[in-house]
Amino acid sequence: MKASDFSYENPNSLNAALALLANQDGDVQLLAGGQSLMPMMNFRLAAPDTLVDLNGVKELQFIQETETSIEIGAMTRYVQLEQSPLVTQHIPLFAKALPHIAHSAIRNRGTIGGSAALADPAAEMPALLIALGATLNLQSLTGQRSVLADDFFLGLYETTLADGEIIESISIPKLASTDRTGFYELARRHGDYAMAGVAVVDRVVGDLASLRVVFFAISDRPVRDQKMEDLLQRPSANDEQQHLKEAIGQLEFHGDLNADAATKQHLAGVVLNRALKEMET
Amino acid sequence: MNQRHSISMTVNGEAITMDVPVRMNLVDFLRNELGLTGSHVGCEHGVCGACTLKIDGEMVRGCLMLAVQADGCTITTIEGFADDPRSDRLQAAFERNNALQCGYCTPGMLASALDYIEAGGSTDRTAIRQHISGNYCRCTGYQSIVDAIAQTIEEGQKS
Repeated sequence: MKASDFSYENPNSLNAALALLANQDGDVQLLAGGQSLMPMMNFRLAAPDTLVDLNGVKELQFIQETETSIEIGAMTRYVQLEQSPLVTQHIPLFAKALPHIAHSAIRNRGTIGGSAALADPAAEMPALLIALGATLNLQSLTGQRSVLADDFFLGLYETTLADGEIIESISIPKLASTDRTGFYELARRHGDYAMAGVAVVDRVVGDLASLRVVFFAISDRPVRDQKMEDLLQRPSANDEQQHLKEAIGQLEFHGDLNADAATKQHLAGVVLNRALKEMET
Repeated sequence: MNQRHSISMTVNGEAITMDVPVRMNLVDFLRNELGLTGSHVGCEHGVCGACTLKIDGEMVRGCLMLAVQADGCTITTIEGFADDPRSDRLQAAFERNNALQCGYCTPGMLASALDYIEAGGSTDRTAIRQHISGNYCRCTGYQSIVDAIAQTIEEGQKS
């Protein structure tokens, strides 16, 4: 199908975009990379009255380094993350996971902020941001606030973004060379949405030292489980697999078109074990 | 409501200025307004890859961009690849290997394959399959397409 009609706005600054978002009547949608919104519009699942295209807002496209973090503008495209030496060096989890995010033609357009704002439970990026302990910096006409990725994703396509707010950037604490990361997903076709996937970040030094395990494509949002993380941090017992299986059994699984809840529960164990195995080597 | 916007772009080397409805996607614009019917429309939601084309040097889905978003851009469609010798070799390899039957996926498949070859992709079959994973072919089973791409890379290495 074709998208329904809308007014098209093409601001060239964040302030102009915020003003449009605040002052337009009706359903106003922000257009980032468009790799999810455009299909939704073509299906008429989304029919905005006004489309505010952020592709001309160049100030939202950057990758910068601070002493402790990598700052990524919300309109930074996946391809830019893939090609960034800063990202490769300090966020090796991205280097592992990005090739699994759709296909290269999609990654040439799709953006980190767009994926976060959409909050698709099957998408990799929300889970990656939680696993990395990222912070989302949100901007509105009236002010700025920062939200931990842990608190940002509320449910199916639901986030803490308020009316009039735009994700300005995402801060990701740098990983040390001794920290370890793991990523594994199972999809029917390379680049398709996963049937189940997991991201693991094991920070061994610094204030953030912790093990984080975040599943995606198993529920209505990314799923992080403290009990499982505690279990994995204990010296490995003989019956670790049994404990892991029980911990996975405690999670809430939602079936989708790719796999039912029981299949996802089984696959969650498979992807976790494979990600952990990859981390050992 | 039928909101329109004026856009200017370069398509296959030709400068174009036109007034388009804002809701028209890029591949519909190329096909219906410019008559460049080489890019195909399959799924209209970014899954099948039949509309793959090049914009400012990068492969994109023509169905997931609006024509107005291409304002100021340089676009190359499958028609524009015709002058590229590498594209000629690839097309010959597709023909030799029977890498197409109905041909619906072929323009997008060629575009993705060319992108892979130009980026210096290897003849590793898994790598080729991963790269073309965003392009559906419902006829060939991909085997012959992978053969054609691998052969084109080997030929390029020899010459």
